[in-house]
Amino acid sequence: MFVPCDRAGGSAADLEGFTLLMPAVSVGNVGQLAIDLVISTLDMTKVGYFYTDCLVPMVGNNPYATADENSTELSINAEVYSLPSKKLVVLQIRSPFIKNKYRPFCETLLSWVTDSRCARVVVLSSSHAYQRNDEQLLGTPLRYLLTPDLEKAVGGLMQELNWKEMEKVAAYPGICDTDKVLHIPGGGITKLLFTESCSKGIQMAVLLKFCSEGDNIPDAFVLVNYLNEWLQLVKSEVNSSSQWKIPSSWRLLFGNGLPPALF
Amino acid sequence: AFLSSFILDSVCWEVVGVAKLWNEWCRTSSTTNVLPTDSFCLFYRLISDPTVLLCQCSCYVAEDQQFQWLEKVFGSMQKEGLQVTILSTCPVADYKTQESTLTLASPFLKALKTKEFQEQVCCPLLEQPNIVRDLPAAVLSYCQVWQIPAVLYQCYTDVIKLDTVTIEAFKPLLSSKVLKSLVKDASESTKILKKFLTSSESHNNIYI
Repeated sequence: MFVPCDRAGGSAADLEGFTLLMPAVSVGNVGQLAIDLVISTLDMTKVGYFYTDCLVPMVGNNPYATADENSTELSINAEVYSLPSKKLVVLQIRSPFIKNKYRPFCETLLSWVTDSRCARVVVLSSSHAYQRNDEQLLGTPLRYLLTPDLEKAVGGLMQELNWKEMEKVAAYPGICDTDKVLHIPGGGITKLLFTESCSKGIQMAVLLKFCSEGDNIPDAFVLVNYLNEWLQLVKSEVNSSSQWKIPSSWRLLFGNGLPPALF
Repeated sequence: AFLSSFILDSVCWEVVGVAKLWNEWCRTSSTTNVLPTDSFCLFYRLISDPTVLLCQCSCYVAEDQQFQWLEKVFGSMQKEGLQVTILSTCPVADYKTQESTLTLASPFLKALKTKEFQEQVCCPLLEQPNIVRDLPAAVLSYCQVWQIPAVLYQCYTDVIKLDTVTIEAFKPLLSSKVLKSLVKDASESTKILKKFLTSSESHNNIYI
Protein backbone atom coordinates (compact mmCIF):
# COMPACT_ATOMS: atom_id res chain seq x y z
CA MET A 1 0.00 0.00 0.00
CA PHE A 2 1.09 3.57 -0.63
CA VAL A 3 2.07 5.48 2.52
CA PRO A 4 2.93 9.15 1.97
CA CYS A 5 6.02 10.63 3.66
CA ASP A 6 4.13 13.70 4.65
CA ARG A 7 0.91 12.72 6.38
CA ALA A 8 -0.50 16.23 6.28
CA GLY A 9 -0.75 16.47 2.50
CA GLY A 10 -3.20 14.51 0.35
CA SER A 11 -2.09 11.22 -1.17
CA ALA A 12 -4.19 9.80 -3.98
CA ALA A 13 -5.42 13.09 -5.37
CA ASP A 14 -1.91 14.39 -6.10
CA LEU A 15 -1.28 11.87 -8.87
CA GLU A 16 -4.22 12.62 -11.11
CA GLY A 17 -3.11 12.76 -14.72
CA PHE A 18 0.45 11.75 -13.87
CA THR A 19 2.51 9.18 -15.70
CA LEU A 20 3.69 6.38 -13.41
CA LEU A 21 7.09 5.03 -14.34
CA MET A 22 8.17 1.78 -12.72
CA PRO A 23 10.61 -1.09 -13.21
CA ALA A 24 9.96 -4.79 -13.37
CA VAL A 25 12.49 -6.82 -11.37
CA SER A 26 13.86 -8.61 -14.41
CA VAL A 27 17.01 -10.03 -15.96
CA GLY A 28 20.04 -7.86 -15.26
CA ASN A 29 17.90 -5.50 -13.14
CA VAL A 30 17.95 -3.21 -16.17
CA GLY A 31 14.59 -1.62 -15.43
CA GLN A 32 15.64 -0.77 -11.88
CA LEU A 33 18.99 0.65 -13.00
CA ALA A 34 17.23 2.77 -15.62
CA ILE A 35 14.82 4.09 -12.99
CA ASP A 36 17.81 4.94 -10.76
CA LEU A 37 19.16 7.09 -13.62
CA VAL A 38 15.82 8.86 -14.04
CA ILE A 39 15.43 9.63 -10.33
CA SER A 40 19.04 10.72 -9.96
CA THR A 41 19.16 12.92 -13.07
CA LEU A 42 15.82 14.65 -12.52
CA ASP A 43 16.59 15.06 -8.80
CA MET A 44 13.18 13.75 -7.89
CA THR A 45 11.69 14.13 -4.42
CA LYS A 46 10.59 11.14 -2.37
CA VAL A 47 6.88 11.40 -1.67
CA GLY A 48 6.09 8.07 -0.09
CA TYR A 49 6.68 4.39 0.43
CA PHE A 50 5.03 1.40 -1.19
CA TYR A 51 4.76 -0.72 1.95
CA THR A 52 4.19 -4.33 1.00
CA ASP A 53 4.79 -7.87 2.21
CA CYS A 54 5.54 -9.00 -1.35
CA LEU A 55 9.15 -7.83 -1.50
CA VAL A 56 12.19 -8.95 0.50
CA PRO A 57 12.88 -6.26 3.15
CA MET A 58 15.99 -4.13 2.88
CA VAL A 59 17.12 -0.71 4.13
CA GLY A 60 20.03 1.59 3.49
CA ASN A 61 20.91 5.25 3.46
CA ASN A 62 19.88 7.57 0.63
CA PRO A 63 21.08 6.02 -2.65
CA TYR A 64 20.93 9.35 -4.49
CA ALA A 65 23.01 11.28 -1.96
CA THR A 66 25.07 14.06 -3.43
CA ALA A 67 26.57 15.46 -0.22
CA ASP A 68 26.92 14.61 3.47
CA GLU A 69 23.79 16.55 4.36
CA ASN A 70 21.40 14.49 2.29
CA SER A 71 23.11 11.12 2.76
CA THR A 72 21.50 10.13 6.03
CA GLU A 73 17.91 9.63 4.96
CA LEU A 74 16.77 6.04 5.25
CA SER A 75 15.47 4.28 2.13
CA ILE A 76 13.45 1.06 2.03
CA ASN A 77 12.75 -1.52 -0.65
CA ALA A 78 9.95 0.25 -2.55
CA GLU A 79 9.61 4.01 -2.68
CA VAL A 80 7.71 6.59 -4.69
CA TYR A 81 9.31 9.74 -6.11
CA SER A 82 7.64 12.58 -7.96
CA LEU A 83 8.34 15.50 -10.28
CA PRO A 84 5.15 17.56 -10.57
CA SER A 85 6.62 19.85 -13.26
CA LYS A 86 6.71 16.92 -15.68
CA LYS A 87 3.65 15.20 -14.18
CA LEU A 88 5.88 12.24 -13.50
CA VAL A 89 5.72 9.84 -10.58
CA VAL A 90 8.23 7.01 -10.24
CA LEU A 91 8.08 3.82 -8.20
CA GLN A 92 11.46 2.24 -7.52
CA ILE A 93 11.66 -1.39 -6.42
CA ARG A 94 14.92 -2.44 -4.83
CA SER A 95 14.54 -6.10 -3.84
CA PRO A 96 13.26 -9.36 -5.31
CA PHE A 97 9.74 -10.71 -4.94
CA ILE A 98 8.91 -13.22 -2.25
CA LYS A 99 7.68 -16.52 -3.60
CA ASN A 100 3.98 -16.62 -4.58
CA LYS A 101 3.63 -12.86 -4.18
CA TYR A 102 3.64 -11.76 -7.84
CA ARG A 103 -0.12 -11.71 -8.20
CA PRO A 104 -0.95 -9.99 -4.88
CA PHE A 105 1.60 -7.29 -5.71
CA CYS A 106 0.15 -6.71 -9.18
CA GLU A 107 -3.33 -6.43 -7.74
CA THR A 108 -2.27 -3.96 -5.03
CA LEU A 109 -0.28 -1.91 -7.51
CA LEU A 110 -2.98 -1.73 -10.16
CA SER A 111 -5.67 -0.83 -7.66
CA TRP A 112 -3.42 1.99 -6.42
CA VAL A 113 -2.99 3.16 -10.02
CA THR A 114 -6.75 3.22 -10.53
CA ASP A 115 -7.50 4.87 -7.17
CA SER A 116 -4.94 7.61 -7.64
CA ARG A 117 -6.20 8.26 -11.19
CA CYS A 118 -2.81 8.05 -12.90
CA ALA A 119 -3.13 8.73 -16.59
CA ARG A 120 -0.85 5.90 -17.68
CA VAL A 121 1.82 3.48 -16.50
CA VAL A 122 5.17 2.84 -18.18
CA VAL A 123 7.01 -0.32 -17.16
CA LEU A 124 10.74 -0.67 -17.87
CA SER A 125 11.77 -4.26 -18.20
CA SER A 126 14.10 -6.72 -19.87
CA SER A 127 14.05 -10.21 -21.27
CA HIS A 128 16.59 -12.98 -21.68
CA ALA A 129 18.68 -12.39 -24.80
CA TYR A 130 19.30 -16.10 -25.23
CA GLN A 131 15.59 -16.80 -25.67
CA ARG A 132 15.27 -14.72 -28.84
CA ASN A 133 14.17 -16.43 -32.01
CA ASP A 134 16.09 -16.07 -35.29
CA GLU A 135 14.34 -12.87 -36.42
CA GLN A 136 14.85 -11.17 -33.08
CA LEU A 137 18.60 -11.77 -33.21
CA LEU A 138 18.87 -9.11 -35.91
CA GLY A 139 18.18 -5.42 -35.55
CA THR A 140 17.32 -3.49 -32.43
CA PRO A 141 17.19 -5.28 -29.05
CA LEU A 142 14.50 -2.88 -27.85
CA ARG A 143 10.78 -3.64 -27.89
CA TYR A 144 7.55 -2.02 -26.75
CA LEU A 145 4.05 -3.15 -25.83
CA LEU A 146 0.90 -1.06 -25.46
CA THR A 147 -2.41 -1.98 -23.87
CA PRO A 148 -5.38 -1.41 -26.22
CA ASP A 149 -6.39 1.75 -24.33
CA LEU A 150 -2.97 3.32 -24.71
CA GLU A 151 -2.64 2.09 -28.30
CA LYS A 152 -5.50 4.40 -29.24
CA ALA A 153 -3.71 7.36 -27.68
CA VAL A 154 -0.09 6.91 -28.73
CA GLY A 155 0.01 4.08 -31.26
CA GLY A 156 0.73 6.53 -34.08
CA LEU A 157 3.69 8.02 -32.23
CA MET A 158 5.32 4.60 -31.96
CA GLN A 159 5.10 4.22 -35.74
CA GLU A 160 6.75 7.59 -36.22
CA LEU A 161 9.56 6.69 -33.83
CA ASN A 162 10.02 3.49 -35.81
CA TRP A 163 9.76 1.34 -32.71
CA LYS A 164 9.38 -2.42 -32.87
CA GLU A 165 6.51 -4.11 -31.10
CA MET A 166 7.26 -7.21 -29.04
CA GLU A 167 6.47 -10.21 -31.20
CA LYS A 168 4.17 -12.97 -30.06
CA VAL A 169 5.64 -16.45 -30.18
CA ALA A 170 4.03 -19.78 -30.93
CA ALA A 171 2.40 -21.35 -27.90
CA TYR A 172 3.51 -24.80 -28.97
CA PRO A 173 6.58 -24.28 -31.14
CA GLY A 174 7.13 -26.97 -33.71
CA ILE A 175 3.72 -28.50 -33.13
CA CYS A 176 1.29 -25.73 -33.91
CA ASP A 177 2.60 -22.41 -35.18
CA THR A 178 -0.69 -20.58 -35.49
CA ASP A 179 -1.47 -20.13 -31.79
CA LYS A 180 0.58 -17.12 -30.74
CA VAL A 181 1.09 -15.93 -27.16
CA LEU A 182 3.01 -13.17 -25.45
CA HIS A 183 6.17 -14.57 -23.86
CA ILE A 184 8.62 -12.45 -21.85
CA PRO A 185 11.18 -14.83 -20.32
CA GLY A 186 13.16 -13.25 -17.51
CA GLY A 187 10.73 -10.36 -17.31
CA GLY A 188 9.47 -11.02 -13.80
CA ILE A 189 6.02 -9.52 -13.30
CA THR A 190 6.00 -7.76 -16.69
CA LYS A 191 3.67 -10.12 -18.49
CA LEU A 192 1.28 -10.39 -15.54
CA LEU A 193 1.13 -6.61 -15.13
CA PHE A 194 0.54 -6.17 -18.85
CA THR A 195 -2.22 -8.77 -19.20
CA GLU A 196 -3.96 -7.52 -16.06
CA SER A 197 -3.82 -3.94 -17.35
CA CYS A 198 -5.28 -5.02 -20.69
CA SER A 199 -8.24 -6.62 -18.97
CA LYS A 200 -8.72 -3.72 -16.51
CA GLY A 201 -8.58 -1.03 -19.20
CA ILE A 202 -5.48 0.62 -17.76
CA GLN A 203 -3.25 2.57 -20.15
CA MET A 204 0.08 0.79 -19.85
CA ALA A 205 3.22 0.69 -21.96
CA VAL A 206 6.06 -1.78 -21.52
CA LEU A 207 9.52 -0.87 -22.78
CA LEU A 208 12.00 -3.70 -22.68
CA LYS A 209 15.46 -4.66 -23.83
CA PHE A 210 16.87 -8.08 -24.62
CA CYS A 211 19.93 -8.60 -22.45
CA SER A 212 21.89 -11.02 -20.30
CA GLU A 213 23.16 -10.87 -16.74
CA GLY A 214 26.50 -9.14 -16.35
CA ASP A 215 27.49 -5.50 -16.29
CA ASN A 216 24.08 -4.10 -17.15
CA ILE A 217 24.92 -0.42 -16.83
CA PRO A 218 25.20 0.04 -20.63
CA ASP A 219 21.83 -1.76 -21.01
CA ALA A 220 20.30 0.67 -18.52
CA PHE A 221 21.57 3.64 -20.54
CA VAL A 222 20.18 2.18 -23.76
CA LEU A 223 16.79 1.56 -22.15
CA VAL A 224 16.56 5.00 -20.56
CA ASN A 225 17.47 6.69 -23.86
CA TYR A 226 14.74 4.61 -25.55
CA LEU A 227 12.28 5.90 -22.95
CA ASN A 228 13.53 9.43 -23.52
CA GLU A 229 12.76 9.25 -27.24
CA TRP A 230 9.09 9.07 -26.24
CA LEU A 231 8.73 10.94 -22.95
CA GLN A 232 11.45 13.57 -23.58
CA LEU A 233 12.45 13.72 -19.92
CA VAL A 234 15.85 15.28 -20.65
CA LYS A 235 17.27 17.01 -23.67
CA SER A 236 18.74 14.45 -26.06
CA GLU A 237 22.46 14.90 -26.55
CA VAL A 238 24.80 13.59 -29.22
CA ASN A 239 26.79 11.65 -26.61
CA SER A 240 23.85 9.66 -25.35
CA SER A 241 25.14 8.83 -21.87
CA SER A 242 26.27 12.28 -20.74
CA GLN A 243 22.83 13.65 -19.97
CA TRP A 244 22.13 11.03 -17.26
CA LYS A 245 23.58 11.34 -13.77
CA ILE A 246 24.87 8.15 -12.18
CA PRO A 247 23.72 7.86 -8.53
CA SER A 248 26.27 7.48 -5.74
CA SER A 249 24.89 4.04 -4.82
CA TRP A 250 26.29 2.56 -8.05
CA ARG A 251 29.78 2.57 -6.53
CA LEU A 252 31.45 -0.76 -5.83
CA LEU A 253 28.93 -2.75 -7.89
CA PHE A 254 31.51 -5.41 -8.48
CA GLY A 255 33.04 -5.69 -5.01
CA ASN A 256 35.55 -4.02 -2.75
CA GLY A 257 39.08 -2.99 -3.35
CA LEU A 258 41.69 -5.71 -3.56
CA PRO A 259 43.82 -6.70 -0.58
CA PRO A 260 47.37 -5.52 -1.17
CA ALA A 261 48.69 -8.84 0.13
CA LEU A 262 47.28 -10.48 -3.00
CA PHE A 263 50.20 -9.19 -5.04
CA ALA B 1 24.76 -12.21 23.91
CA PHE B 2 25.50 -8.55 24.55
CA LEU B 3 22.05 -7.95 25.93
CA SER B 4 22.18 -11.06 28.10
CA SER B 5 25.51 -10.07 29.58
CA PHE B 6 25.01 -6.39 30.16
CA ILE B 7 21.32 -5.79 30.47
CA LEU B 8 19.15 -8.81 31.17
CA ASP B 9 18.82 -10.68 34.44
CA SER B 10 16.11 -12.70 36.12
CA VAL B 11 15.54 -10.23 38.92
CA CYS B 12 14.66 -7.07 37.07
CA TRP B 13 13.12 -8.58 33.94
CA GLU B 14 10.20 -10.95 33.45
CA VAL B 15 9.15 -12.91 30.40
CA VAL B 16 5.90 -11.52 29.05
CA GLY B 17 5.59 -13.04 25.64
CA VAL B 18 6.92 -15.31 23.01
CA ALA B 19 6.88 -15.44 19.23
CA LYS B 20 7.10 -18.92 17.84
CA LEU B 21 7.84 -19.75 14.28
CA TRP B 22 9.35 -22.55 12.25
CA ASN B 23 11.40 -22.59 9.10
CA GLU B 24 14.01 -24.94 7.73
CA TRP B 25 16.78 -23.08 9.58
CA CYS B 26 15.37 -23.93 13.03
CA ARG B 27 17.23 -26.58 14.99
CA THR B 28 14.28 -28.18 16.70
CA SER B 29 12.73 -31.09 14.85
CA SER B 30 9.29 -30.91 16.43
CA THR B 31 7.04 -28.46 14.62
CA THR B 32 3.88 -28.89 16.62
CA ASN B 33 5.25 -29.06 20.13
CA VAL B 34 7.67 -26.18 20.51
CA LEU B 35 8.88 -26.08 24.11
CA PRO B 36 9.32 -22.78 25.99
CA THR B 37 13.05 -23.44 26.24
CA ASP B 38 13.42 -23.56 22.51
CA SER B 39 11.00 -20.76 21.72
CA PHE B 40 12.68 -18.48 19.37
CA CYS B 41 11.81 -14.90 20.19
CA LEU B 42 11.36 -14.15 23.85
CA PHE B 43 9.94 -10.88 25.06
CA TYR B 44 11.04 -9.54 28.44
CA ARG B 45 9.62 -6.60 30.32
CA LEU B 46 11.42 -4.52 32.92
CA ILE B 47 9.54 -5.05 36.18
CA SER B 48 10.32 -1.61 37.55
CA ASP B 49 9.26 0.12 34.33
CA PRO B 50 6.75 -1.86 32.29
CA THR B 51 7.17 0.45 29.32
CA VAL B 52 10.56 -1.10 28.57
CA LEU B 53 10.46 -4.28 26.50
CA LEU B 54 13.32 -6.42 25.33
CA CYS B 55 13.14 -9.02 22.59
CA GLN B 56 15.71 -11.78 22.28
CA CYS B 57 15.49 -13.29 18.85
CA SER B 58 17.57 -16.44 18.72
CA CYS B 59 16.51 -17.85 15.39
CA TYR B 60 16.42 -16.89 11.76
CA VAL B 61 13.13 -15.36 10.66
CA ALA B 62 12.67 -16.26 6.99
CA GLU B 63 11.83 -13.56 4.45
CA ASP B 64 8.25 -14.72 4.00
CA GLN B 65 7.69 -14.72 7.76
CA GLN B 66 9.13 -11.30 8.51
CA PHE B 67 6.01 -9.34 7.62
CA GLN B 68 3.74 -11.47 9.82
CA TRP B 69 6.29 -11.29 12.65
CA LEU B 70 6.20 -7.51 12.42
CA GLU B 71 2.44 -7.28 12.25
CA LYS B 72 2.00 -9.61 15.24
CA VAL B 73 4.65 -7.94 17.41
CA PHE B 74 3.98 -4.30 16.58
CA GLY B 75 0.27 -4.92 16.30
CA SER B 76 0.10 -5.67 20.00
CA MET B 77 2.09 -2.59 20.99
CA GLN B 78 1.10 0.98 21.48
CA LYS B 79 2.92 3.03 18.84
CA GLU B 80 2.48 6.39 20.54
CA GLY B 81 5.82 7.37 22.09
CA LEU B 82 7.40 4.12 20.96
CA GLN B 83 11.13 3.99 20.35
CA VAL B 84 12.94 0.98 18.95
CA THR B 85 16.61 -0.06 19.18
CA ILE B 86 17.84 -3.03 17.16
CA LEU B 87 21.15 -4.86 17.63
CA SER B 88 22.44 -7.13 14.93
CA THR B 89 25.62 -8.65 13.54
CA CYS B 90 26.81 -9.29 10.04
CA PRO B 91 29.95 -10.74 8.42
CA VAL B 92 32.52 -8.07 7.61
CA ALA B 93 32.94 -9.65 4.16
CA ASP B 94 29.54 -8.15 3.29
CA TYR B 95 30.79 -4.63 3.98
CA LYS B 96 31.40 -2.65 0.81
CA THR B 97 34.26 -0.23 0.89
CA GLN B 98 36.92 1.20 -1.38
CA GLU B 99 39.66 -0.68 0.44
CA SER B 100 39.78 -4.40 1.03
CA THR B 101 37.93 -5.68 4.09
CA LEU B 102 41.09 -7.48 5.19
CA THR B 103 42.65 -4.17 6.18
CA LEU B 104 39.65 -2.99 8.19
CA ALA B 105 39.82 -3.06 11.97
CA SER B 106 36.88 -5.36 12.74
CA PRO B 107 34.65 -5.72 14.63
CA PHE B 108 33.14 -2.29 14.16
CA LEU B 109 29.70 -0.77 14.63
CA LYS B 110 27.63 1.05 12.05
CA ALA B 111 24.20 2.55 12.54
CA LEU B 112 21.08 3.29 10.54
CA LYS B 113 18.26 5.43 11.88
CA THR B 114 14.76 6.41 10.85
CA LYS B 115 13.77 9.98 10.10
CA GLU B 116 12.05 10.41 13.48
CA PHE B 117 15.07 9.31 15.52
CA GLN B 118 16.53 12.52 16.91
CA GLU B 119 19.01 11.28 19.51
CA GLN B 120 22.74 10.99 19.25
CA VAL B 121 23.94 7.82 17.54
CA CYS B 122 26.80 5.93 19.24
CA CYS B 123 28.81 5.20 16.11
CA PRO B 124 29.15 6.30 12.45
CA LEU B 125 26.23 5.81 10.10
CA LEU B 126 26.30 3.06 7.50
CA GLU B 127 27.54 4.53 4.25
CA GLN B 128 26.21 3.88 0.76
CA PRO B 129 26.28 1.49 -1.05
CA ASN B 130 25.86 -0.77 1.98
CA ILE B 131 22.45 -2.19 2.81
CA VAL B 132 20.88 -4.20 5.61
CA ARG B 133 18.67 -7.24 5.08
CA ASP B 134 16.48 -9.72 6.99
CA LEU B 135 14.57 -9.02 10.19
CA PRO B 136 16.53 -5.90 11.22
CA ALA B 137 15.72 -4.40 7.80
CA ALA B 138 12.07 -5.39 8.11
CA VAL B 139 11.76 -3.75 11.55
CA LEU B 140 13.55 -0.59 10.45
CA SER B 141 11.41 -0.34 7.27
CA TYR B 142 8.25 -0.65 9.36
CA CYS B 143 9.48 2.10 11.72
CA GLN B 144 10.47 4.41 8.85
CA VAL B 145 7.12 4.02 7.08
CA TRP B 146 5.01 4.44 10.23
CA GLN B 147 7.21 7.27 11.57
CA ILE B 148 8.47 5.51 14.71
CA PRO B 149 11.91 6.64 15.94
CA ALA B 150 14.23 3.66 15.60
CA VAL B 151 17.93 2.94 15.37
CA LEU B 152 19.77 -0.15 14.19
CA TYR B 153 23.28 -0.92 15.38
CA GLN B 154 24.94 -3.40 13.06
CA CYS B 155 28.24 -4.96 14.13
CA TYR B 156 30.47 -6.15 11.30
CA THR B 157 32.60 -9.01 12.54
CA ASP B 158 34.99 -11.52 11.03
CA VAL B 159 34.28 -14.24 13.60
CA ILE B 160 31.50 -16.75 13.02
CA LYS B 161 31.18 -18.10 16.54
CA LEU B 162 30.29 -16.13 19.63
CA ASP B 163 33.29 -14.25 21.04
CA THR B 164 33.95 -11.54 23.62
CA VAL B 165 35.54 -9.11 21.19
CA THR B 166 32.41 -8.91 19.05
CA ILE B 167 30.12 -8.74 22.08
CA GLU B 168 32.18 -5.93 23.55
CA ALA B 169 32.04 -4.02 20.27
CA PHE B 170 28.53 -3.07 21.33
CA LYS B 171 29.84 -1.42 24.50
CA PRO B 172 29.46 2.17 23.23
CA LEU B 173 25.71 1.58 23.42
CA LEU B 174 25.87 1.31 27.22
CA SER B 175 26.31 5.06 27.38
CA SER B 176 23.30 5.77 25.16
CA LYS B 177 20.19 7.35 26.63
CA VAL B 178 18.15 4.17 26.18
CA LEU B 179 20.50 1.66 27.75
CA LYS B 180 22.26 3.80 30.37
CA SER B 181 19.67 3.15 33.04
CA LEU B 182 19.43 -0.54 32.31
CA VAL B 183 23.05 -1.61 32.66
CA LYS B 184 23.83 -4.30 35.19
CA ASP B 185 26.72 -4.52 37.60
CA ALA B 186 30.08 -4.95 35.81
CA SER B 187 31.21 -8.07 37.69
CA GLU B 188 27.95 -9.82 36.83
CA SER B 189 28.56 -9.10 33.17
CA THR B 190 32.06 -10.58 33.09
CA LYS B 191 30.79 -13.74 34.81
CA ILE B 192 28.04 -14.20 32.23
CA LEU B 193 30.38 -13.47 29.34
CA LYS B 194 32.71 -16.23 30.53
CA LYS B 195 29.77 -18.63 30.76
CA PHE B 196 28.73 -17.89 27.18
CA LEU B 197 32.10 -18.72 25.79
CA THR B 198 32.52 -22.02 27.60
CA SER B 199 29.03 -23.21 26.65
CA SER B 200 29.40 -22.31 22.99
CA GLU B 201 32.49 -24.48 22.65
CA SER B 202 30.41 -27.64 22.98
CA HIS B 203 28.01 -26.66 20.20
CA ASN B 204 30.59 -27.05 17.50
CA ASN B 205 28.27 -27.44 14.58
CA ILE B 206 29.36 -26.73 11.05
CA TYR B 207 25.76 -26.24 9.99
CA ILE B 208 25.17 -22.67 11.16
